[in-house]
Amino acid sequence: MSKWKHYFKSYFLTELRAGLWLTWKHLFKRKVTVQYPEENTPQSPRFRGIHALRRYPNGEERCIACKLCEAVCPAAAITIEAGPRESDGTRRTTKYEIDMFKCIYCGFCEESCPVDSIVETRIFDYHFEKRGDNILTKEQLLAIGDRYEVMIAQDKAEDAPYR
Amino acid sequence: MQLITEGLWIVAKIAMILLPLVLAVAYTTYAERKLIGYMQMRIGPNRVGPKGWLQPIADVVKLLMKEVIVPSGANKTLFLLAPILFIAPSFAAWAVVPFDAELVLADTNAGLLYLLAMTSIAVYGVIIAGWASNSRYALIGSLRSASQIVSYEIAMGFALVGVLMAGGSMNLGDIVAAQNGSALHWFWIPLFPILVIYWISGVAETNRAPFDLPEGESEIVAGFHVEYAGMAFALFFLAEYANMILISILTALFFFGGWLNPFQGIPYLEAATDWVPGTIWLLLKAAWFLFMMIWLRATFPRYRYDQIMRLGWKVFIPVTVVWLIVLTFWIKLEWGWWFDGRGIAALGGAS
Repeated sequence: MSKWKHYFKSYFLTELRAGLWLTWKHLFKRKVTVQYPEENTPQSPRFRGIHALRRYPNGEERCIACKLCEAVCPAAAITIEAGPRESDGTRRTTKYEIDMFKCIYCGFCEESCPVDSIVETRIFDYHFEKRGDNILTKEQLLAIGDRYEVMIAQDKAEDAPYR
Repeated sequence: MQLITEGLWIVAKIAMILLPLVLAVAYTTYAERKLIGYMQMRIGPNRVGPKGWLQPIADVVKLLMKEVIVPSGANKTLFLLAPILFIAPSFAAWAVVPFDAELVLADTNAGLLYLLAMTSIAVYGVIIAGWASNSRYALIGSLRSASQIVSYEIAMGFALVGVLMAGGSMNLGDIVAAQNGSALHWFWIPLFPILVIYWISGVAETNRAPFDLPEGESEIVAGFHVEYAGMAFALFFLAEYANMILISILTALFFFGGWLNPFQGIPYLEAATDWVPGTIWLLLKAAWFLFMMIWLRATFPRYRYDQIMRLGWKVFIPVTVVWLIVLTFWIKLEWGWWFDGRGIAALGGAS
Protein backbone atom coordinates (compact mmCIF):
# COMPACT_ATOMS: atom_id res chain seq x y z
CA MET A 1 0.00 0.00 0.00
CA SER A 2 2.73 2.44 0.97
CA LYS A 3 4.39 1.60 -2.33
CA TRP A 4 1.32 2.77 -4.22
CA LYS A 5 1.17 5.84 -2.06
CA HIS A 6 4.76 6.54 -2.99
CA TYR A 7 3.99 6.13 -6.69
CA PHE A 8 0.98 8.37 -6.42
CA LYS A 9 2.98 11.01 -4.63
CA SER A 10 5.87 11.00 -7.05
CA TYR A 11 3.84 10.86 -10.27
CA PHE A 12 1.54 13.64 -9.20
CA LEU A 13 4.53 15.70 -8.04
CA THR A 14 2.83 16.23 -4.67
CA GLU A 15 5.84 17.39 -2.78
CA LEU A 16 7.21 19.46 -5.63
CA ARG A 17 3.90 21.28 -5.87
CA ALA A 18 3.93 21.92 -2.13
CA GLY A 19 7.37 23.49 -2.52
CA LEU A 20 6.21 25.63 -5.42
CA TRP A 21 3.22 26.78 -3.41
CA LEU A 22 5.52 27.87 -0.61
CA THR A 23 7.72 30.00 -2.84
CA TRP A 24 4.61 31.40 -4.53
CA LYS A 25 3.34 32.60 -1.15
CA HIS A 26 6.71 34.12 -0.37
CA LEU A 27 6.58 36.05 -3.63
CA PHE A 28 3.94 38.32 -2.08
CA LYS A 29 5.29 38.49 1.44
CA ARG A 30 6.71 41.68 2.88
CA LYS A 31 10.34 42.11 1.92
CA VAL A 32 12.83 42.38 4.74
CA THR A 33 15.74 43.95 2.86
CA VAL A 34 17.47 46.80 4.67
CA GLN A 35 18.59 49.23 1.99
CA TYR A 36 21.92 49.86 3.60
CA PRO A 37 23.31 53.28 2.83
CA GLU A 38 19.91 54.86 3.39
CA GLU A 39 18.65 52.48 6.04
CA ASN A 40 20.46 50.81 8.90
CA THR A 41 19.69 48.02 11.28
CA PRO A 42 19.38 49.14 14.92
CA GLN A 43 22.67 49.19 16.84
CA SER A 44 23.40 48.54 20.46
CA PRO A 45 25.31 51.19 22.41
CA ARG A 46 27.75 48.37 23.05
CA PHE A 47 28.44 47.98 19.34
CA ARG A 48 32.09 47.19 18.69
CA GLY A 49 33.33 48.96 15.59
CA ILE A 50 36.47 50.93 14.79
CA HIS A 51 38.55 52.06 17.79
CA ALA A 52 39.08 55.55 19.14
CA LEU A 53 41.22 57.16 21.84
CA ARG A 54 39.29 59.60 24.01
CA ARG A 55 40.27 62.86 25.73
CA TYR A 56 39.10 64.51 28.91
CA PRO A 57 36.85 67.53 28.44
CA ASN A 58 39.85 69.77 29.05
CA GLY A 59 41.60 68.35 26.01
CA GLU A 60 44.05 66.14 27.88
CA GLU A 61 44.36 62.65 26.43
CA ARG A 62 43.09 59.97 28.79
CA CYS A 63 45.61 57.27 28.00
CA ILE A 64 48.25 56.82 30.70
CA ALA A 65 50.20 54.09 28.89
CA CYS A 66 49.38 51.37 31.43
CA LYS A 67 49.55 48.85 28.56
CA LEU A 68 46.67 46.77 29.95
CA CYS A 69 45.00 46.77 26.54
CA GLU A 70 48.19 45.62 24.89
CA ALA A 71 48.46 42.81 27.43
CA VAL A 72 44.85 41.68 27.17
CA CYS A 73 44.59 41.86 23.39
CA PRO A 74 44.09 38.23 22.27
CA ALA A 75 45.17 39.02 18.72
CA ALA A 76 48.22 41.05 19.75
CA ALA A 77 46.96 43.86 17.54
CA ILE A 78 47.97 46.70 19.85
CA THR A 79 51.52 48.02 20.08
CA ILE A 80 52.38 50.61 22.71
CA GLU A 81 55.58 52.42 23.54
CA ALA A 82 55.61 54.70 26.55
CA GLY A 83 57.76 57.51 27.90
CA PRO A 84 57.61 60.84 29.77
CA ARG A 85 56.01 63.63 27.80
CA GLU A 86 58.47 66.39 26.93
CA SER A 87 56.31 69.31 28.09
CA ASP A 88 55.40 68.16 31.61
CA GLY A 89 57.14 64.82 32.12
CA THR A 90 53.92 62.83 32.65
CA ARG A 91 53.82 59.20 31.52
CA ARG A 92 52.22 59.03 28.07
CA THR A 93 52.32 56.81 25.04
CA THR A 94 54.87 57.75 22.42
CA LYS A 95 53.38 55.20 20.08
CA TYR A 96 49.92 53.64 20.12
CA GLU A 97 49.11 51.52 17.11
CA ILE A 98 46.31 49.08 16.33
CA ASP A 99 46.62 46.71 13.41
CA MET A 100 43.03 46.56 12.17
CA PHE A 101 43.76 43.39 10.18
CA LYS A 102 44.74 41.59 13.37
CA CYS A 103 41.96 43.05 15.50
CA ILE A 104 39.05 40.70 16.15
CA TYR A 105 36.82 43.37 17.69
CA CYS A 106 36.44 41.48 20.96
CA GLY A 107 36.28 44.66 23.02
CA PHE A 108 38.73 43.43 25.67
CA CYS A 109 40.88 46.58 25.29
CA GLU A 110 37.86 48.69 26.09
CA GLU A 111 37.01 46.48 29.10
CA SER A 112 40.53 46.59 30.46
CA CYS A 113 41.07 50.33 30.17
CA PRO A 114 41.09 51.92 33.65
CA VAL A 115 40.56 55.45 32.30
CA ASP A 116 38.01 54.73 29.51
CA SER A 117 40.55 55.88 26.97
CA ILE A 118 40.48 53.21 24.26
CA VAL A 119 36.91 52.55 23.11
CA GLU A 120 35.20 50.89 20.21
CA THR A 121 32.77 53.13 18.38
CA ARG A 122 29.67 52.34 16.37
CA ILE A 123 31.45 52.97 13.08
CA PHE A 124 31.75 49.74 11.13
CA ASP A 125 31.81 50.93 7.50
CA TYR A 126 35.35 52.06 6.83
CA HIS A 127 38.01 50.97 4.41
CA PHE A 128 41.72 51.18 3.69
CA GLU A 129 43.08 52.18 0.33
CA LYS A 130 46.82 51.60 0.68
CA ARG A 131 48.93 48.88 2.17
CA GLY A 132 49.86 49.97 5.68
CA ASP A 133 46.68 52.02 6.12
CA ASN A 134 45.36 49.20 8.25
CA ILE A 135 47.66 50.22 11.09
CA LEU A 136 45.93 53.06 12.92
CA THR A 137 48.36 55.43 14.64
CA LYS A 138 47.85 57.33 17.84
CA GLU A 139 47.04 60.53 15.94
CA GLN A 140 44.41 58.81 13.84
CA LEU A 141 42.84 57.15 16.87
CA LEU A 142 42.71 60.44 18.75
CA ALA A 143 41.20 62.12 15.70
CA ILE A 144 38.44 59.49 15.55
CA GLY A 145 37.87 60.05 19.26
CA ASP A 146 37.62 63.82 18.82
CA ARG A 147 35.25 63.48 15.93
CA TYR A 148 32.80 61.10 17.60
CA GLU A 149 33.24 62.15 21.27
CA VAL A 150 29.57 63.16 21.63
CA MET A 151 28.36 59.79 20.37
CA ILE A 152 30.92 57.84 22.40
CA ALA A 153 30.09 59.72 25.60
CA GLN A 154 26.40 59.13 25.10
CA ASP A 155 26.89 55.41 24.45
CA LYS A 156 29.08 55.05 27.55
CA ALA A 157 26.51 56.88 29.67
CA GLU A 158 23.75 54.65 28.34
CA ASP A 159 25.69 51.51 29.18
CA ALA A 160 27.04 52.73 32.54
CA PRO A 161 24.18 51.39 34.74
CA TYR A 162 24.94 47.84 33.61
CA ARG A 163 28.64 47.93 34.45
CA MET B 1 20.00 42.76 -57.95
CA GLN B 2 16.96 40.83 -56.86
CA LEU B 3 19.23 38.38 -55.05
CA ILE B 4 20.77 41.24 -53.06
CA THR B 5 17.45 42.78 -52.04
CA GLU B 6 16.13 39.37 -51.09
CA GLY B 7 19.25 38.65 -49.04
CA LEU B 8 19.04 42.02 -47.31
CA TRP B 9 15.39 41.41 -46.58
CA ILE B 10 16.23 38.07 -44.93
CA VAL B 11 18.99 39.70 -42.88
CA ALA B 12 16.53 42.37 -41.79
CA LYS B 13 14.06 39.68 -40.75
CA ILE B 14 16.76 37.86 -38.78
CA ALA B 15 17.64 41.10 -37.04
CA MET B 16 13.96 41.62 -36.26
CA ILE B 17 13.96 38.32 -34.39
CA LEU B 18 17.40 38.46 -32.80
CA LEU B 19 17.45 42.02 -31.50
CA PRO B 20 14.25 41.65 -29.45
CA LEU B 21 15.55 38.25 -28.39
CA VAL B 22 18.79 39.69 -27.02
CA LEU B 23 16.83 42.40 -25.27
CA ALA B 24 14.47 39.79 -23.87
CA VAL B 25 17.45 37.81 -22.61
CA ALA B 26 18.80 40.88 -20.85
CA TYR B 27 15.51 41.52 -19.14
CA THR B 28 14.99 37.86 -18.35
CA THR B 29 18.11 38.04 -16.21
CA TYR B 30 16.65 41.10 -14.52
CA ALA B 31 13.30 39.36 -14.00
CA GLU B 32 15.07 36.32 -12.66
CA ARG B 33 17.05 38.27 -10.12
CA LYS B 34 14.00 40.24 -9.07
CA LEU B 35 11.67 37.25 -8.82
CA ILE B 36 14.13 35.04 -6.97
CA GLY B 37 14.77 37.96 -4.68
CA TYR B 38 11.06 38.38 -4.03
CA MET B 39 10.62 34.68 -3.38
CA GLN B 40 13.45 34.89 -0.85
CA MET B 41 11.83 37.98 0.69
CA ARG B 42 14.53 40.27 -0.68
CA ILE B 43 13.94 43.06 -3.18
CA GLY B 44 16.59 42.25 -5.77
CA PRO B 45 18.53 44.77 -7.84
CA ASN B 46 17.13 48.29 -7.47
CA ARG B 47 20.10 50.62 -7.72
CA VAL B 48 20.80 51.14 -11.43
CA GLY B 49 18.05 53.29 -12.85
CA PRO B 50 14.51 53.45 -11.48
CA LYS B 51 13.67 50.16 -9.73
CA GLY B 52 16.85 48.72 -11.20
CA TRP B 53 15.52 48.83 -14.76
CA LEU B 54 18.95 49.60 -16.19
CA GLN B 55 20.70 46.80 -14.31
CA PRO B 56 20.89 44.47 -17.35
CA ILE B 57 22.34 47.29 -19.45
CA ALA B 58 25.01 47.89 -16.82
CA ASP B 59 25.74 44.15 -16.73
CA VAL B 60 26.15 44.04 -20.51
CA VAL B 61 28.48 47.05 -20.50
CA LYS B 62 30.52 45.47 -17.73
CA LEU B 63 30.85 42.18 -19.62
CA LEU B 64 31.76 43.98 -22.85
CA MET B 65 34.57 45.89 -21.19
CA LYS B 66 36.05 42.91 -19.43
CA GLU B 67 39.02 41.07 -20.82
CA VAL B 68 38.56 37.68 -22.45
CA ILE B 69 41.15 35.62 -20.62
CA VAL B 70 42.53 32.60 -22.46
CA PRO B 71 44.10 30.28 -19.90
CA SER B 72 47.63 29.10 -20.58
CA GLY B 73 47.47 25.52 -21.79
CA ALA B 74 44.08 26.08 -23.35
CA ASN B 75 43.52 25.34 -26.99
CA LYS B 76 43.02 28.89 -28.14
CA THR B 77 41.14 28.21 -31.37
CA LEU B 78 38.68 25.81 -29.83
CA PHE B 79 38.43 27.90 -26.69
CA LEU B 80 37.20 30.87 -28.68
CA LEU B 81 35.17 28.75 -31.07
CA ALA B 82 33.15 27.01 -28.36
CA PRO B 83 30.94 29.96 -27.33
CA ILE B 84 30.13 30.56 -30.99
CA LEU B 85 29.27 26.90 -31.48
CA PHE B 86 27.04 27.12 -28.46
CA ILE B 87 25.19 30.27 -29.38
CA ALA B 88 24.78 29.72 -33.13
CA PRO B 89 22.34 26.78 -32.88
CA SER B 90 20.35 28.40 -30.11
CA PHE B 91 19.85 31.43 -32.35
CA ALA B 92 19.35 29.35 -35.48
CA ALA B 93 16.50 27.43 -33.84
CA TRP B 94 14.44 30.62 -33.84
CA ALA B 95 14.17 30.49 -37.62
CA VAL B 96 11.24 28.07 -37.56
CA VAL B 97 9.39 29.58 -34.61
CA PRO B 98 6.10 31.07 -35.82
CA PHE B 99 5.08 34.20 -33.96
CA ASP B 100 1.72 34.41 -35.67
CA ALA B 101 -0.21 32.61 -38.37
CA GLU B 102 1.94 34.18 -41.09
CA LEU B 103 4.81 35.55 -39.06
CA VAL B 104 7.62 33.03 -39.43
CA LEU B 105 11.11 33.35 -40.87
CA ALA B 106 11.38 29.86 -42.39
CA ASP B 107 8.10 28.03 -42.84
CA THR B 108 9.67 24.60 -43.22
CA ASN B 109 7.81 21.33 -43.20
CA ALA B 110 10.32 19.66 -40.91
CA GLY B 111 10.32 22.40 -38.29
CA LEU B 112 10.04 19.96 -35.40
CA LEU B 113 13.03 17.91 -36.57
CA TYR B 114 15.00 21.07 -37.16
CA LEU B 115 14.31 22.21 -33.62
CA LEU B 116 15.38 18.88 -32.17
CA ALA B 117 18.57 19.01 -34.20
CA MET B 118 19.37 22.57 -33.23
CA THR B 119 18.75 22.11 -29.52
CA SER B 120 20.92 19.01 -29.38
CA ILE B 121 23.78 20.29 -31.52
CA ALA B 122 24.49 22.97 -28.93
CA VAL B 123 26.04 20.30 -26.73
CA TYR B 124 29.12 20.36 -28.96
CA GLY B 125 29.79 23.90 -27.86
CA VAL B 126 29.64 22.75 -24.26
CA ILE B 127 31.91 19.77 -24.78
CA ILE B 128 34.46 21.79 -26.73
CA ALA B 129 34.37 24.57 -24.15
CA GLY B 130 35.02 22.07 -21.39
CA TRP B 131 37.79 20.33 -23.21
CA ALA B 132 39.53 23.40 -24.62
CA SER B 133 39.66 25.11 -21.22
CA ASN B 134 42.24 22.59 -20.01
CA SER B 135 40.62 22.63 -16.59
CA ARG B 136 39.32 19.72 -14.56
CA TYR B 137 36.15 21.39 -13.42
CA ALA B 138 35.32 22.55 -16.92
CA LEU B 139 35.83 19.05 -18.27
CA ILE B 140 33.66 17.45 -15.59
CA GLY B 141 31.00 20.07 -16.22
CA SER B 142 30.97 19.50 -19.94
CA LEU B 143 30.80 15.72 -19.51
CA ARG B 144 27.87 16.09 -17.17
CA SER B 145 26.21 18.46 -19.58
CA ALA B 146 26.73 16.12 -22.51
CA SER B 147 25.29 13.07 -20.76
CA GLN B 148 22.40 15.08 -19.39
CA ILE B 149 21.47 16.65 -22.71
CA VAL B 150 21.73 13.32 -24.53
CA SER B 151 19.56 11.57 -21.92
CA TYR B 152 16.85 14.15 -21.88
CA GLU B 153 16.94 14.53 -25.63
CA ILE B 154 15.35 11.08 -25.84
CA ALA B 155 12.48 11.86 -23.50
CA MET B 156 12.03 15.18 -25.27
CA GLY B 157 12.08 13.49 -28.66
CA PHE B 158 9.40 11.04 -27.57
CA ALA B 159 7.34 13.90 -26.17
CA LEU B 160 7.63 15.66 -29.52
CA VAL B 161 6.48 12.46 -31.23
CA GLY B 162 3.32 12.84 -29.17
CA VAL B 163 2.95 16.41 -30.37
CA LEU B 164 3.59 15.27 -33.90
CA MET B 165 0.90 12.59 -33.65
CA ALA B 166 -1.60 15.00 -32.16
CA GLY B 167 -0.83 17.81 -34.56
CA GLY B 168 -0.45 15.56 -37.60
CA SER B 169 2.35 17.75 -38.93
CA MET B 170 5.98 18.68 -38.40
CA ASN B 171 5.29 22.26 -39.32
CA LEU B 172 4.96 24.36 -36.18
CA GLY B 173 2.31 26.55 -37.76
CA ASP B 174 0.21 23.53 -38.65
CA ILE B 175 0.56 22.15 -35.12
CA VAL B 176 -0.85 25.36 -33.73
CA ALA B 177 -3.56 25.47 -36.38
CA ALA B 178 -4.61 21.95 -35.34
CA GLN B 179 -5.36 23.29 -31.86
CA ASN B 180 -7.80 25.88 -33.15
CA GLY B 181 -11.20 25.97 -31.47
CA SER B 182 -10.95 26.99 -27.83
CA ALA B 183 -8.65 26.73 -24.85
CA LEU B 184 -10.07 23.23 -24.37
CA HIS B 185 -9.02 22.28 -27.90
CA TRP B 186 -5.38 22.88 -27.10
CA PHE B 187 -3.20 19.83 -26.75
CA TRP B 188 -2.49 20.32 -23.07
CA ILE B 189 -5.48 18.12 -22.19
CA PRO B 190 -4.83 15.02 -24.31
CA LEU B 191 -1.07 15.41 -23.99
CA PHE B 192 -0.92 16.39 -20.34
CA PRO B 193 1.67 13.82 -19.13
CA ILE B 194 3.72 14.57 -22.23
CA LEU B 195 3.46 18.27 -21.53
CA VAL B 196 4.84 17.79 -18.03
CA ILE B 197 7.66 15.61 -19.31
CA TYR B 198 8.45 17.93 -22.19
CA TRP B 199 8.58 20.84 -19.84
CA ILE B 200 10.83 19.15 -17.29
CA SER B 201 13.09 17.81 -20.05
CA GLY B 202 13.21 21.31 -21.47
CA VAL B 203 14.40 22.64 -18.13
CA ALA B 204 17.00 19.89 -18.06
CA GLU B 205 18.03 20.59 -21.67
CA THR B 206 18.71 24.22 -20.92
CA ASN B 207 20.78 23.21 -17.87
CA ARG B 208 18.55 25.17 -15.58
CA ALA B 209 18.05 24.58 -11.88
CA PRO B 210 17.18 22.04 -10.50
CA PHE B 211 19.06 20.29 -13.34
CA ASP B 212 22.02 22.67 -13.44
CA LEU B 213 24.60 19.99 -12.72
CA PRO B 214 26.88 21.17 -15.55
CA GLU B 215 27.24 24.42 -13.63
CA GLY B 216 26.94 23.06 -10.12
CA GLU B 217 28.45 26.03 -8.30
CA SER B 218 28.87 24.15 -5.05
CA GLU B 219 30.71 21.21 -6.63
CA ILE B 220 32.49 22.28 -9.80
CA VAL B 221 32.53 26.06 -9.45
CA ALA B 222 30.79 26.97 -12.70
CA GLY B 223 31.21 23.86 -14.80
CA PHE B 224 32.06 24.11 -18.45
CA HIS B 225 32.37 27.89 -18.55
CA VAL B 226 34.53 28.27 -15.46
CA GLU B 227 37.49 29.58 -17.49
CA TYR B 228 35.49 32.04 -19.57
CA ALA B 229 35.33 35.74 -18.89
CA GLY B 230 34.02 38.86 -20.54
CA MET B 231 32.29 38.54 -23.89
CA ALA B 232 33.04 34.82 -24.26
CA PHE B 233 31.19 34.18 -21.04
CA ALA B 234 28.44 36.53 -22.10
CA LEU B 235 27.84 34.39 -25.19
CA PHE B 236 27.30 31.29 -23.06
CA PHE B 237 25.01 33.25 -20.83
CA LEU B 238 23.10 34.68 -23.78
CA ALA B 239 22.68 31.24 -25.35
CA GLU B 240 21.44 29.69 -22.12
CA TYR B 241 18.78 32.33 -21.68
CA ALA B 242 17.86 32.30 -25.38
CA ASN B 243 17.32 28.55 -24.98
CA MET B 244 15.13 29.15 -21.96
CA ILE B 245 12.97 31.55 -23.91
CA LEU B 246 12.89 29.14 -26.84
CA ILE B 247 11.71 26.24 -24.68
CA SER B 248 9.05 28.49 -23.15
CA ILE B 249 7.79 29.59 -26.55
CA LEU B 250 7.82 26.01 -27.86
CA THR B 251 5.79 24.81 -24.88
CA ALA B 252 3.26 27.52 -25.63
CA LEU B 253 3.21 26.52 -29.30
CA PHE B 254 2.97 22.77 -28.83
CA PHE B 255 0.57 22.52 -25.92
CA PHE B 256 -1.09 25.87 -25.36
CA GLY B 257 -2.26 26.95 -28.76
CA GLY B 258 0.58 29.29 -29.64
CA TRP B 259 -0.84 32.56 -30.89
CA LEU B 260 -4.47 31.46 -30.49
CA ASN B 261 -6.71 33.58 -28.31
CA PRO B 262 -7.34 31.73 -25.01
CA PHE B 263 -10.86 33.17 -24.89
CA GLN B 264 -11.76 31.66 -28.24
CA GLY B 265 -15.26 30.23 -28.21
CA ILE B 266 -16.34 32.12 -25.09
CA PRO B 267 -19.11 34.59 -25.99
CA TYR B 268 -18.38 38.31 -25.37
CA LEU B 269 -14.86 37.63 -24.08
CA GLU B 270 -13.72 36.50 -27.49
CA ALA B 271 -15.16 39.56 -29.16
CA ALA B 272 -13.67 41.80 -26.46
CA THR B 273 -10.17 40.39 -26.92
CA ASP B 274 -10.35 40.03 -30.69
CA TRP B 275 -8.13 43.03 -31.32
CA VAL B 276 -5.14 41.54 -29.43
CA PRO B 277 -2.54 40.35 -31.95
CA GLY B 278 -1.67 36.67 -31.83
CA THR B 279 1.97 37.47 -31.12
CA ILE B 280 0.97 39.06 -27.83
CA TRP B 281 -0.88 35.91 -26.77
CA LEU B 282 2.10 33.78 -27.70
CA LEU B 283 4.50 36.00 -25.78
CA LEU B 284 2.20 36.10 -22.77
CA LYS B 285 1.99 32.32 -22.70
CA ALA B 286 5.75 32.04 -23.14
CA ALA B 287 6.29 34.59 -20.38
CA TRP B 288 4.33 32.38 -18.01
CA PHE B 289 6.60 29.41 -18.76
CA LEU B 290 9.65 31.60 -18.39
CA PHE B 291 8.30 32.61 -15.02
CA MET B 292 7.84 28.92 -14.22
CA MET B 293 11.52 28.29 -14.96
CA ILE B 294 12.59 31.03 -12.59
CA TRP B 295 10.07 29.79 -10.06
CA LEU B 296 11.52 26.28 -10.25
CA ARG B 297 14.98 27.68 -9.70
CA ALA B 298 13.84 29.60 -6.65
CA THR B 299 12.17 26.51 -5.20
CA PHE B 300 14.16 23.35 -5.77
CA PRO B 301 17.63 22.30 -4.75
CA ARG B 302 19.88 20.71 -7.34
CA TYR B 303 19.34 17.05 -8.23
CA ARG B 304 22.04 14.55 -7.55
CA TYR B 305 23.70 13.22 -10.69
CA ASP B 306 22.39 9.65 -10.44
CA GLN B 307 18.92 10.99 -9.66
CA ILE B 308 18.95 12.97 -12.89
CA MET B 309 19.93 9.93 -14.90
CA ARG B 310 17.34 7.78 -13.15
CA LEU B 311 14.62 10.33 -13.78
CA GLY B 312 15.48 10.69 -17.44
CA TRP B 313 15.93 7.05 -18.34
CA LYS B 314 13.73 5.12 -15.93
CA VAL B 315 10.81 7.48 -15.50
CA PHE B 316 10.42 9.87 -18.39
CA ILE B 317 11.10 7.53 -21.28
CA PRO B 318 8.69 4.76 -20.09
CA VAL B 319 5.98 7.28 -19.24
CA THR B 320 6.17 8.96 -22.64
CA VAL B 321 6.13 5.62 -24.44
CA VAL B 322 3.07 4.51 -22.48
CA TRP B 323 1.32 7.76 -23.21
CA LEU B 324 2.15 7.50 -26.88
CA ILE B 325 0.28 4.17 -26.95
CA VAL B 326 -2.67 5.74 -25.13
CA LEU B 327 -2.52 8.61 -27.57
CA THR B 328 -2.61 6.25 -30.53
CA PHE B 329 -5.92 4.82 -29.37
CA TRP B 330 -7.17 8.26 -28.47
CA ILE B 331 -6.52 9.56 -31.94
CA LYS B 332 -7.71 6.49 -33.81
CA LEU B 333 -10.93 6.25 -31.78
CA GLU B 334 -11.46 10.03 -31.94
CA TRP B 335 -12.28 10.48 -28.27
CA GLY B 336 -13.31 14.01 -27.51
CA TRP B 337 -12.97 16.82 -30.02
CA TRP B 338 -9.22 17.10 -30.43
CA PHE B 339 -8.64 14.74 -33.30
CA ASP B 340 -11.74 15.17 -35.45
CA GLY B 341 -11.46 13.58 -38.86
CA ARG B 342 -8.19 11.81 -38.07
CA GLY B 343 -9.46 8.50 -36.65
CA ILE B 344 -10.56 5.17 -38.05
CA ALA B 345 -13.84 6.60 -39.25
CA ALA B 346 -11.99 9.14 -41.37
CA LEU B 347 -9.69 6.50 -42.77
CA GLY B 348 -12.69 4.32 -43.63
CA GLY B 349 -14.32 7.23 -45.39
CA ALA B 350 -11.19 7.88 -47.42
CA SER B 351 -10.66 4.32 -48.63
